[in-house]
This record gives sequence, C-alpha cells and structure tokens, in this order.
Amino acid sequence: MARIDSAAPKTGDVAGTGGPLRWLDSQKNRLIVLTVLAFLAMFLPLISSNYVLEVMTTAWFYVMLCLGLNIVVGYAGLLDLGYAAFFAVGAYTTGILTSHFGVNFWLTIPAAVLFSICAGVIIGGPTLRLRSDYLAIVTLGFGEIVRIIARNLEITGGASGLIGIEKPSIFGFELNQIFHFYYVFLILACLACFVSYRLQHSRLGRAWQYVREDEDAAEAMGIDRVAVKLYAYVIGAIFGGVAGCFFAAKMTAISPETFMFQQSVLILLGVVLGGMGKIPGVIVGAFALVLFPEVFRDLGSSRILVFAIVMLVIMLYRPKGIWPEKKS
Amino acid sequence: MALLDVENLGLSFAGLQVIKELSFSVDEGSIASLIGPNGAGKTSVFNCLTGFYKPNSGEILFNGRPITRKRPYKITRRGMARTFQNLRLFKSMSVLENVMSGMHCRTRSGPLGAILRTGSQRREEAEIKEFCEFCLDFVGILGEKDRTASNLPYGHQRRVEWARALATKPKLLLLDEPAAGLNFDEKQQLIELIKRIREELKITILLIEHDMGLVMKVSEMITVIDYGQKIAQGSAEEVQNNPRVIEAYLGREEDEVV
Amino acid sequence: MSIQDILLQQLANGLILGSFYALVALGYTMVYGIIKLLNFAHGDLYMIGAFIGFLFLSVLSPLIGDSWVGILCSMVLSMIAVGLLGVLIQRIAYQPMLSAPRLSILITALAVSMILSNAVMAFTDGEYLAFSTDLGYEGLEFGNVFVTYTQMVLVGAAALLMTGLYLFVHRTMYGKAMRAIAIDQDACRLMGIHVNRIIALTFFIGTSLAASAGIMAGAYYGSIHFFMGFVIGLKAFTAAVIGGIGSIPGAMLGGLLLGLLESFGTQIPFIGTEWKDVFSFGILILLLVFKPTGILGRTEIERM
Repeated sequence: MARIDSAAPKTGDVAGTGGPLRWLDSQKNRLIVLTVLAFLAMFLPLISSNYVLEVMTTAWFYVMLCLGLNIVVGYAGLLDLGYAAFFAVGAYTTGILTSHFGVNFWLTIPAAVLFSICAGVIIGGPTLRLRSDYLAIVTLGFGEIVRIIARNLEITGGASGLIGIEKPSIFGFELNQIFHFYYVFLILACLACFVSYRLQHSRLGRAWQYVREDEDAAEAMGIDRVAVKLYAYVIGAIFGGVAGCFFAAKMTAISPETFMFQQSVLILLGVVLGGMGKIPGVIVGAFALVLFPEVFRDLGSSRILVFAIVMLVIMLYRPKGIWPEKKS
Repeated sequence: MALLDVENLGLSFAGLQVIKELSFSVDEGSIASLIGPNGAGKTSVFNCLTGFYKPNSGEILFNGRPITRKRPYKITRRGMARTFQNLRLFKSMSVLENVMSGMHCRTRSGPLGAILRTGSQRREEAEIKEFCEFCLDFVGILGEKDRTASNLPYGHQRRVEWARALATKPKLLLLDEPAAGLNFDEKQQLIELIKRIREELKITILLIEHDMGLVMKVSEMITVIDYGQKIAQGSAEEVQNNPRVIEAYLGREEDEVV
Repeated sequence: MSIQDILLQQLANGLILGSFYALVALGYTMVYGIIKLLNFAHGDLYMIGAFIGFLFLSVLSPLIGDSWVGILCSMVLSMIAVGLLGVLIQRIAYQPMLSAPRLSILITALAVSMILSNAVMAFTDGEYLAFSTDLGYEGLEFGNVFVTYTQMVLVGAAALLMTGLYLFVHRTMYGKAMRAIAIDQDACRLMGIHVNRIIALTFFIGTSLAASAGIMAGAYYGSIHFFMGFVIGLKAFTAAVIGGIGSIPGAMLGGLLLGLLESFGTQIPFIGTEWKDVFSFGILILLLVFKPTGILGRTEIERM
C-alpha cells in the first residue's frame, strides 16, 4: 500500500474490561441481573408511587432514544451531535398535526417517520461521503438549525412552543394515566431492543461493523459505505422521530428548549456510558442518565458537569463502557 | 478474449508521475503477473484498477465495459476482487464474519427483512453462510471459522483474505504480493491454491509479486514495469531473457563500475 | 442612510465579526492539521479566554486602569494562561487517545468541551457578566459611516496576530516542524523532531489565539457568558471548512468571508438576524456538498 490512511480505525484492544466493575464481565452474573430487572419492570406499577413511575417512564423513553442513537454511534461508528433534532421533528410533527389540523395521533406517526427519513437523507446524504468528523459538526449545526426554526416559525408556536396536544386513545380508551404511559414506553423500549437486536445480527448489521472497522477494506469487498452509513443514520432518525411523537403525546406540550444541544449530548452520554454498540449496555446507560440526577438532587444544574467528567473518565479508562461487548 | 484491458493508464501525485502510459491486458481464464522492482508502481496500478486511485488519464475496460474512475464497491460488484499487501482484515470479527463481508454485494436483504426475519432473508443468510464456509474450506481453514481474525497466525490471516475475496464471486482476482511473509512450504501451497482457483472456480488471476520463482512458475503472461512504464511483456522465458528487465532488476553494468 | 452607507457599515461589522471567526478558526485548523482532531473544546477555550481575561482585568484595573493598557496586559496574560490550559488538555485528554478509534477521541473532545462550559456555568450561576471597559466611543467618520477606534484596533490587533502566526509558521524552524508533522508524523520522529513538543506548541498557539479572540469579543460586546463559545465554535469550524481545513491562510480567509457573508446576509429581505445562524450553517452544508475541500484546501489524495 502506498500510504496507510491515518484515519483507518485501529481496533487493537484498548484497555477493555477491568476495574471495580469486573464482576459484570461474568455471563452468569449478567443473566441474574437481567432477570430480576425484567420482573421489576413488568410489575413496577403495582408497587410504586406515581413519582417513581414518572421517573421510570422517562427512563424507558431515554432507552428508546439511546438505542436509536446507538445504531448511528455504536453500530456504524458515526458521531451524531444533533440527535435531539430528530426527536424534535417527531414531536413537532405530532404536535402540529394534532393541534392545528386535528389529525389522529396514530396517523401522525407515519408522517413523523417520513419527515425523519427526509431530514436524515438531507443531512446524511452529503456529509456521509466525507470524513466522519464532518458529520459530527454538521449534525451539531443541524440540531441548532432545527431548534432555531422551531423558535422562529409561527406554526411551531415560536419560543413558547405548542400546548394542548391531545392525548392518544386506543379503541376509545384514552391514555391519560401515568401508568398507561409507563407501559406505552416500556413497550416502545422493548420494541426498540428487538429491532436493534435483529438489525445488529443481519447483513446490514454486519456491514455497519465492517465499515466501522475498516472502511477501505469494506469498500473493496463491494460494500457501498455511504449507503450503509446512510441506512444507519436514517434508521436512527426514525427511532428518534417515533420517540418524539410519543413524547409530545405524553407531555401534551413541547417547546424548543427541550431540544437544545444538551439534550443531544445527554442521549449520546447514555450510549457511551454503558458501552457503545451493545444493547444491555445502552439500556444501563440510559437508566444511569435518568436515575443519577434523581438520586443526587442537590447537584442541580451542575449535573451535566458531573456527567461530562464521568464521560471523560470512561473514555480514558474504560473506553468500551461499563458493560462492554464480549468477544471470544 | 481479454477480460481486463488497460489502455494508456496514467497517474500522478502532486506532479510525480507514478504510472506512465501503461497498457496491458489479461486474457480470460489466464494467470497473469505484474512485476517490477520496488517502487515501480505495481500497487498503484492495482489501486487504479480497483477504484481506490483515480487515474489522470487512460481507460480501463473490464469485461468489455469501462470501469475507469468508478467507486471501488461498484468495481467489486462487476466482478473484480482484491487482496491487500498488508492485511486488511476486520480484526475484531470472527473469521466467518470476515468472509461473509464478501457476500454482501451478492445479496440484497435490507432492514425490513432483517427486522421481520422474512423467509427470503433467512434463506439468504443460510446461503451466505454456506457459500462462505465453502470458500473457507477451499482455502483450507474451515476449522478456524469461529476464531477472532486477529488471533490467527499470519499465514492463516492471508487465507482469510483470499476466502473473503473469493466470497465476492469474482471473475478476476487481484492478488497483491500473496507470497510476502510466507515460508517455503506455504509458498508451495500458495502455488497450488492459485492453480486450483483457476481450474476449479474458473477465476482469472492477476498477481503482483516479488518472488520471481513463484511468478515464473504460475504465470502465463508477465508484464514488467519500472518507473510506472511497461518495459517488457511475455512468457516467463521471454521476460527472463529480456535485457531491459535484467537491467531494471540488477542495474546497468556501468552503474556497477561507478 | 443610503444603500451605499448600509453596505459600508455592514462591511465594517463583517470585518470585525470575521476577525473573531478567523482567530478562532486558526486554532481549529492548526490542531486539525497536525493531529487530525476536531477539537470540540476549542470554542470553549475562546470562552475561557474571555473569562480569564476578565479576571486579570479586574485584578489589574486598579493598578493600570481598564483602558487600552489594562486590556492589552490582561489579554497577553490570558493568552498565556489559556494556552497552557490547552496544552494541559492535550496532555491529559487527547494524548492517550491518539491511537484509539476515531469515535473515542471525538467523544473525549466533546466531554472536555462540556466540562469547560459547565464548570464556568457552575462558577457564574449561568449569569451574564458585564465586561466593563473604558475604551470610549470616539472614532472616525467615513461619510455617513462611523467607525470607533476600538473597532479599528480590534481588526488591527487580529491582523497583527495573524501576520505573526503566518511568519512563525513559514519562517521559523518550529513552523517548519509543524508543517512536517502534519504531513508525516512517523517520518518526523525518525528525523529527530520532538513531535510531542511541537504538538504541544501547536495547541498553545491555537488556544491562545482563541483566547485573544475571546477577550476582544468580551471587551467589544461588553458582556461574557459561559455559553458564548458554543456558537462561535461552530462558526469558526464553518470558517475553517470554507477556507479549506488544515490551511492557515484558508482559516483567515474563511473567517473574514463568513463574517462578511453573515453581516451582508442578514440584510437580505426575509433573512433577519434571528436566521443568521441558520444562514451560516446552510452555507456550511452547501459547501460540504459542492466543495468539501474549501477554497484553499488541497484535494486529499485518494486514500489507501
């Protein structure tokens, strides 16, 4: 080879596992933890207060968002710093269609999917041809653009946002209790896990890994790296869009400030915390994200500072996350 | 009939002419070689053929159709596969998964098929696995299929690359210094393998090689280049006795005197 | 005012804005050029520069006043302090990650950026601080366009810093080493160049330029805020891409061009100031579609 590309991923094992969380590396211990947690998730509404349910609903919601972003970051190895934009696209689609046009909530979901796909293609199409760094910064800009547009248009309610979004109903049964939404988001999170798992273990999932490990070799094997990355980017966008629809329905009000850059960073943090690319890891990360500030309430506004320090320490000392991917 | 036709290929980097008006062709079903001293531009020629470099001039016809300046994945889909001089495996993936990358361009199931695990998707997965195992068996390392690629010994990693290239179902296989780093026994096996690929799989082969012994043993047509230009072409015997080739490899007599 | 005056006024505004962009873009481009890292924390170092400058000025102003001399002294001190901070960040956070996958180092840079901005937020309770100076409002009138001395000095100072950088990079051994490392780090190591020291130097210069822009912007706009580095970081990146990332004259050109584009762009009907950022990101995206190498960037030789 005339020149070894300096960008070629170096996949030598970086630090890997170890440290105080080593007991999580055993397969048996992981299984026990998982079973207990699954039971807890199923029967939680029977035993807990509304406050706990509210927090847990948010946690499932973040599980879905983080799994969506994980497809982009964990599977395809692309850094997306404007993921909240897709979440915003979904939320505003539902908000606008239900409150301005009286469209049924369930019909807004396909519309949101469509818009998310369009947004994903417009942003991803040109930038995915370039070095991955460009994508990071363009998505950052895109996140800002979407927020500024939402702030400045009349149809999105300007800076104060949209209020009075109708709650959805299924067969005449209106979803209005917190435990309804708990189960809605639990189901969504499970669905997200299922889809992620199936995608990861498929032709497309393998292609993401090839491209992540060595773009040139993947291309030499006949893989269109731009198309493969675009798939990841767009599928991630759909996850975010759908999550946004349900978010709007649950909150009944949305405002541009929900979709600030910090939101995108939080979601990314969830993906990084538990270990990129691995579904249980991402779930752990999403929960850590939501539960941490609830447990340490005194931290207040400096929680992002703490998160950022944790993120730096993880990247430096446990780069594969708390719950890293296992390889024989 | 010529499977590959290179006409007046030219490539330059920042004013440095790497390849100059190079023309040669590879007949279907043959084993051809491209040789030349270090830095003669052999790998650059490969990179032009496979789309990794964009040549400044000239034309490359593959199977009668132009492939000049097309993106690498498209060229691979047309039926040209390559191996790399310094291995480029997907190191943290299993051997089988590595080979499966080759089948990507011969299969088509997308995200919906993957999520729903439709019948056609499962059939396709089974087909991929079967063919990749066949390729691994062909190069003789089927037993290693579940190991992580980076844990294999060097010689076996080379074979993973060949299996991976074979899995793209190529018409033409480009081997970039396949014998580099192999010991004597492995080289003998390599010669066998190259011949078997041609005989049993009906794949045309073009190789770049330093090991003159190996080249002379397997190739029917040899193209010699130096400083990016063709200096000789012909059978092993013709090339061996060509004074320009001897000069390129050993230097001029005057040089030695000086 | 006539159209001509509006245009002239925008030209002045654009040049000032462009000088800030250019100074920040330089650091982006230098760091990217030498270790191919997109330093997300760069915009935050601009912000830190403003805050540290503010700190020095508060300490110094009883002694030497908060006019030109005071600001110049605190600017120099702030540049040195922030430059050292940049080197420290490089050593702690980036150096160990250079051989890790690309994604990891990008996330590390993001974490550093979040730490810097949120730490300042915690210290200031997220409030705006008034950056009070005593620069006065005198100036010169060109027709109907009024340009203050402050504005002239800012543009002059930016031009001086950039000229200095250009001479440093092209006329000294250190500059030559920097350019060499950008091309081939391993070869430089073999030739006995102290690669790590030169990388540290690059970080020092890049971040201190950002800090100089930060303190100038603070003095010019009169207030500073923990989030002030976010948007300018994005804009400076845009500027670096316009000029061709990795190219030092490109960053200067791109910064000025973006500043001018923005100040003229917001004069176009229907593109008010609230759309200013959308306008520049739009430019960035269009640019990446049609000319990702920028104006002065060299086409990257095809890979492999």
